[in-house]
Amino acid sequence: MVQLEVFLQTLVSGLLLGGLYALIGLGMTLIMGVMKIINLAHGELMMVAMYIAFWLFHLLGMDPYVTLLVTVPALFVLGVFIQKTLISPVLKVDSILPENQVILTVGIGMVLQNLATLFFTSDYRSTPVDYASDAWYLSDWWRSSPIELSFSVPWVVSFGFAVAITAALWWFLQRTDAGKAIRATAQDKDAAILMGVNVERMTVVTFGLGAALVGAAGSLFIPMYYLYPALGGRFTLIAFVITILGGLGSTQGAIIGGLILGVFESMTATYVGMGWAPVGRFLVFVACLIFLPGGVAGLMRRR
Amino acid sequence: MLKVNGIDVFYGDVQVLWDVSFHVGEGEVVALIGTNGAGKSTTLRTISGLLRPRKGTVEFLGERLDQIPPYRIIELGLAHVPEARRLFPEMTVEENLEMGALKPAAKARRAESLERVYSRFPRLKERRRQLAGTLSGGEQQMLAIGRGLMSLPRMILFDEPSLGLAPLLVEEVFNVVNDIRRDGVTVLIVEQNVRQTLAVADRAYVLETGRIVREGTGSELLDDEEVRKAYLGV
Repeated sequence: MVQLEVFLQTLVSGLLLGGLYALIGLGMTLIMGVMKIINLAHGELMMVAMYIAFWLFHLLGMDPYVTLLVTVPALFVLGVFIQKTLISPVLKVDSILPENQVILTVGIGMVLQNLATLFFTSDYRSTPVDYASDAWYLSDWWRSSPIELSFSVPWVVSFGFAVAITAALWWFLQRTDAGKAIRATAQDKDAAILMGVNVERMTVVTFGLGAALVGAAGSLFIPMYYLYPALGGRFTLIAFVITILGGLGSTQGAIIGGLILGVFESMTATYVGMGWAPVGRFLVFVACLIFLPGGVAGLMRRR
Repeated sequence: MLKVNGIDVFYGDVQVLWDVSFHVGEGEVVALIGTNGAGKSTTLRTISGLLRPRKGTVEFLGERLDQIPPYRIIELGLAHVPEARRLFPEMTVEENLEMGALKPAAKARRAESLERVYSRFPRLKERRRQLAGTLSGGEQQMLAIGRGLMSLPRMILFDEPSLGLAPLLVEEVFNVVNDIRRDGVTVLIVEQNVRQTLAVADRAYVLETGRIVREGTGSELLDDEEVRKAYLGV
């Protein structure tokens, strides 16, 4: 019974983490789908959003979840700015290969990280909210439950926001003309132009959206995670693994990939050891490249 | 209606079209024939703004197509059914059709246009919820044509619509082209299937290694000794 309890508890934590991972992966996947480049500044964008959330909490006493109202639009604008002024001009040059265009995003990431160090120092920051260690228990709802599970309040709330944002994105991509135009651009750029889609604008909007999504993730992570300027790299890597796991450019794949990675990391942490979670991450990554090069999307297509 | 004046088109440094000029009048079906690599698709892609001519002009209803952003061309009433169909494979049949009617004027009449396309191609209605990538070649071609019609065009460019289709389906494609003409839509068609194309075309131009080498009515070219030898194998 105890073992089952540990297993279920690990699964729950993994899914909660995975929901947030999915949000990070979705942003990178969207950008990948439309522009065919991996945004290697993705985690750094999240770091920027976390600093925004941190300062709003610290200076104005804003609840981290309320900062979503600021981080999401702010990161959208930052994404649009980066795309318009930096990435777009480089993408236009045919003689620069796409694999080299990616390097630009690495540079953007470095600049963001170092600017953060310069302005905010490399101190660890956190937003000590009073519900940080609150939890709900299974026995609160089900008195005679044979097992006990705990649900950390900030994790559950963050997960709820992540699900809502993902659902909103899903609705946007599936039901609105603008969303469909983004999907069309990802699938066939020339055909989209022939249909009257302003592909350049879609590209800019997509980068903004991708940044806004990871910005939301920043606000959702800050109640639980310490913040420091170099934190971005880790999340860029996570987003990259999820994008590969999901099958480059598939939104459904990214959601499933995020959940898989969250659960896998959580399982590794419980059954192998806390420090081994990153190893688990790479294991998933390499296993996916070897056994499932098309990712989850490839698997779904094969059916 | 459409006037192409002396265009030179390049891919990088390689010149593909040399001083190509032709015109299409309102209500006409005009064909552009020629072998593989003669520059037929390049010509259509230049008209649609996907390529820019280095020299020369493209005019449609008095507007210079080579000077406006390519995504605005469909608004003027010029639809392009591209080579190899170029559907959105991960979208459903219906979503593909909707993509044909994004612009305000076409969007306002989207439901009506959908009905028209579905009644012309009942197969598409049966498969409306299916992903376009899972359709057969013939169905994909019908969808590509249907998507072009959704924009309520005044003129359609067809790029190799019969390519890779079984003879019965080729027949159907040419029937559709005829129907479209009967509805008053002007057609410019690029084809390798020379015999059938010349049979439906009012006029045709022969393109050879990037230059227009002949022009005439469909029947004139069908009787032309050179054309018969080069393209019909007789």
